[in-house]
Amino acid sequence: MSAPAKTPPPRGIPKRSVTTEAPWVRRTLIGISLVFLFLFLILPLAAVFTEALRKGLDAYLDALKEPDAWSAIELTLITAAISVPLNLVFGVAAAWCIAKFEFRGKAFLTTLIDLPFSVSPVVAGLMYVLVFGSNGWFGNWLSEHDIKIIFAVPGIVLATVFVTFPFIARELIPLMQAQGTDEEQAAIVLGASGWQTFWHVTLPNIKWGLIYGVILCNARAMGEFGAVSVVSGHIRGQTNTVPLHVEILYNEYQSVAAFAAASLLALLALVTLVIKSVVEWRSERERAAADLPPEKPPALPVPGASA
Amino acid sequence: MSAASNLAPAAAVPGRRSGSKRVLPGFNLTLGYTLFWLGLIVLVPLSALVLRSFTLTGEQFWVAVSSPRVLAAYKLTFGASLIAALVNLVFGLLLAWVLVRYTFPGKKIVDALVDLPFALPTAVAGISLTALLAGNGWVGRYLEPMGIKLAFTPAGIVIALIFIGLPFVVRTVQPVLEDTEKELEEAATCLGASRWQTFSRVIFPSIAPALLTGFAMAFARAIGEYGSVIFIAGNMPMISEITPLIIIGKLEQYDYAGATAVAVVMLAISFVLLLVINGLQAWQRRRTGMSQ
Repeated sequence: MSAPAKTPPPRGIPKRSVTTEAPWVRRTLIGISLVFLFLFLILPLAAVFTEALRKGLDAYLDALKEPDAWSAIELTLITAAISVPLNLVFGVAAAWCIAKFEFRGKAFLTTLIDLPFSVSPVVAGLMYVLVFGSNGWFGNWLSEHDIKIIFAVPGIVLATVFVTFPFIARELIPLMQAQGTDEEQAAIVLGASGWQTFWHVTLPNIKWGLIYGVILCNARAMGEFGAVSVVSGHIRGQTNTVPLHVEILYNEYQSVAAFAAASLLALLALVTLVIKSVVEWRSERERAAADLPPEKPPALPVPGASA
Repeated sequence: MSAASNLAPAAAVPGRRSGSKRVLPGFNLTLGYTLFWLGLIVLVPLSALVLRSFTLTGEQFWVAVSSPRVLAAYKLTFGASLIAALVNLVFGLLLAWVLVRYTFPGKKIVDALVDLPFALPTAVAGISLTALLAGNGWVGRYLEPMGIKLAFTPAGIVIALIFIGLPFVVRTVQPVLEDTEKELEEAATCLGASRWQTFSRVIFPSIAPALLTGFAMAFARAIGEYGSVIFIAGNMPMISEITPLIIIGKLEQYDYAGATAVAVVMLAISFVLLLVINGLQAWQRRRTGMSQ
């Protein structure tokens, strides 16, 4: 790793490069960062699992076998299974029209897509209560037709779709913009249909960005608390997702059970991070392999020009 | 978004200006679907919130958003978010610097771990930080004898918000720092600048927009944060009650009008922050565009 640095420097040239700091500065900065990360990231993560296993593995497993825990897990999976594909379709459609075409108001549209990120989850939940709740816009019509949205599963799905709305789109837009439209135009000129072009040309190019967006979207969908808490009504065994289940158990001082359910979400987070790192690693390698020949020639004149 | 990438499709598609002939299909379909879904999920509920607030008289609205309890909540939310974002500004820059410039064992794991607050559900972060900082927790056990009480105080809120906002500054500064040109630093050093002068006069100006963007994002996220905070805050009115909790409290008392009024104030703040972030990003693009 530090093999080049270890070779004895030629006479007259200082040992370290001019664009780095003295070793003690480097070590201090690395040390401070690692301590900070340990306190703020590793300790909380470790605390989840320790608290969950405090009364042994049996108590942990018993807490997870509870029927309420199971129905919460089931509802969380259903919510993610509906909201992630909906946002996937939206994300691809939005990225296609924004990245591949020029039109008036494009920047404004991009800002609107980002909007759910800056709205507080509690405000998001309240918005849906005001539209679909008993005294909301469609409240009367919905109760006449016996359709329940707020304090029921559809409301939870809607709130989840809102908070995860921008994830996939904002991952794909810059990626597809950078790739341009040349390959797609070539495919169309050669006689491919629109769908064929998308499946065989665009999709392979964006697959890593797509997976990246989907897993982040999924992690947020399964873990959303604030927005879902407003629209769910906290009906045990019916409208409790895993994060809400964690809250109820915690407020009832069932610490081990609360942390047992929380440990599932922490595992989900760890799996998400692993997949994300693998995706980043693979896509970087693929890009390096694909870009190396075309990028080398233009890279050559640069050092000469700036030297 | 550079000029070059905007020109490329224009040159390749001659009929673009007339709008009648596009080589690639699917523009109307995808734009239509995007607008439909955006309207359904985002714009209709948003306008429901704004229109509902219009049903209040000016006085009702003012009373709802300016009662002493609500004002205390704004102050707490802003103060805690600002402190947390400032801490993240300093440590986020440090982390980004260490991850880009230095090598050390386990660097890849550290890099991946920075995103933990994005992946870990906020409720889990909330109960876990509370367990750590409570009197019998791993950290609280040592702090409370020294007279430092973090759990169930405003200081605990700041800790939770630091956790939530940590990745924003790191992830906005990191790519910009990777792109900075070493040649400039070498030139500065050759011209006699100390390492600190090189950092403050050469490197810092080029990453300042990204740094501010990350700061604004962390701040915006902290303002609206609910899940991680309510467990650790103690939620005492006037002392440790955050603004989103005020909305929840009003909803639980079926005070929909009051909840809507406070929510509109929060929404307005989010809009302003979104505009600021957009402006900062445009500034960053101009900066990097100029240096290339």
